[in-house]
Amino acid sequence: MSTGTQIEVRGLHKAFGDLEVLRGIDVTVARGEVVCVIGPSGSGKSTLLRCVNLLEEPTSGTVTVAGTEVTDPDVDIDRVRRRIGMVFQSFNLFPHLTVLANLTLAQRRVLRRDRREAAEVARANLERVGLAEKAEAYPAQLSGGQQQRVAIARALSMDPDLMLFDEPTSALDPELVGDVLAVMRSLAQEGMTMLVVTHEMSFAREVADRVVFMDGGVIVEEGPAQRVVGDPQHERTRTFLARVLDPAAAPEPVLGPTPTPVPGDVGKQGQR
Amino acid sequence: MAPLTRSQRARAFRGAQYALLGAALAVVVLLADWERLRQAFFDVEVAKAQFPDILTTALVNTVLYTLLGFGFGLVLGLALALMRLSSVPPYRWLAVTYIEFFRGVPALLVFIALGFGVPLAFEVALDKYATVMLALGLVGAAYMAETIRAGIRAVPKGQMEAARSLGMSHGRAMVSVIIPQAFRIVLPPLTNELILLTKDSSLVYLLGLSLGQYELANFGRDALNEHKSLTPILIAGLLYLMITLPLGHLVRRLESRTAKAS
Repeated sequence: MSTGTQIEVRGLHKAFGDLEVLRGIDVTVARGEVVCVIGPSGSGKSTLLRCVNLLEEPTSGTVTVAGTEVTDPDVDIDRVRRRIGMVFQSFNLFPHLTVLANLTLAQRRVLRRDRREAAEVARANLERVGLAEKAEAYPAQLSGGQQQRVAIARALSMDPDLMLFDEPTSALDPELVGDVLAVMRSLAQEGMTMLVVTHEMSFAREVADRVVFMDGGVIVEEGPAQRVVGDPQHERTRTFLARVLDPAAAPEPVLGPTPTPVPGDVGKQGQR
Repeated sequence: MAPLTRSQRARAFRGAQYALLGAALAVVVLLADWERLRQAFFDVEVAKAQFPDILTTALVNTVLYTLLGFGFGLVLGLALALMRLSSVPPYRWLAVTYIEFFRGVPALLVFIALGFGVPLAFEVALDKYATVMLALGLVGAAYMAETIRAGIRAVPKGQMEAARSLGMSHGRAMVSVIIPQAFRIVLPPLTNELILLTKDSSLVYLLGLSLGQYELANFGRDALNEHKSLTPILIAGLLYLMITLPLGHLVRRLESRTAKAS
């Protein structure tokens, strides 16, 4: 098995105005490796992911994907992005197009595949995510879980070298999460290089080769998935994991008496 | 006397409103000279004389002028909307200047400028249809540009990000992903603009048209002079309503569809 480096992030800083979101990140992902990024909200995980395909412009530092430095100002970013599949928290399917057209649009316009070939690739990838029968449906007719699987199939139709997942199950009803994770798991088993921002700790523990824990814009801890999730070394990691794995048991700030709902407020909500 | 309950008060108030309305109607019915009004507005002989020309010439020309202006305005409006959203400042300034200018001056002035000013100043003879298309389109484009821009802005940011992460260029993403969705959003306001242009097309009468180029307003005015009767004007008005009312109905249907979809 090839062990080439697919993603290499060096000294990555990103600031939005005065707000420093990333404060010096170094990460590498090898070919075929699955790396999960975990951490509290606001820790910069999504920003890190979005810097990899330059949806966010890093303030400083370098990002290299499959040997091409994407932070090089002269790089043809459209060309690099073809090789990087991206899956969003909010699916971002094109609502005016059928599922099939969602999968063929970029194949035809970017990769210049002809109609027949693009449709074949699309159908094969719909099969892969278990939605072959939904080709003619519109996104609005699908459940959230189905939409996310279509989004994965859309990214796969470009034959990417690697896939980025930005909290792919965070917008889903709990009972729909499993189908999406199953698709991602089989992708991982097929050897796809994956960088996944997620709150699904069981997925991270079972599927990831490595887990990176971020907090406050820096990497606090990283290592083999079993160790970081199962036996974290750092106090901040332990606190975070305790809260995520058992939210009910997390230490609560002391609250005053539970406020009783005011009848008037309930009425207002009903009117909306 | 016992104080009125709330429902009694409401009933009394409603009764008073009906009484006022009835009184006003009675005054109108009693005072109006019905025979005179009937002669002025509903002269059957005059009405008959208007057909079929008012349909085959005037109505057709009104629709034709409107569509010419709308088509040109839509293309120009889209271009202006894209300029308005450009990352190159001079394009934005140009678009803003254009939009503010043409929204701020009367359409009548634009017609005069194009119909008389341009031929005099540049010594060119503009075709009447071209003049109409330019004048209506130039004005309509300013309004449509703002509408289309709002539509483009209303497409969620994630759509552009998804398109770009599939390797599409900014332009390709605009054409294939953003603009088609923006047009769905702006379909109701654009239809409203079509209604406004239908009415504005009456300004064409300024240009001094030949008989075959008459549209509804001009045709009605000409017939008014000939017959000394308001009947042609009424018919012209009803024909405008034949265009604008269905369009207005369409706007409401499109709006409710959009409301349901989102």
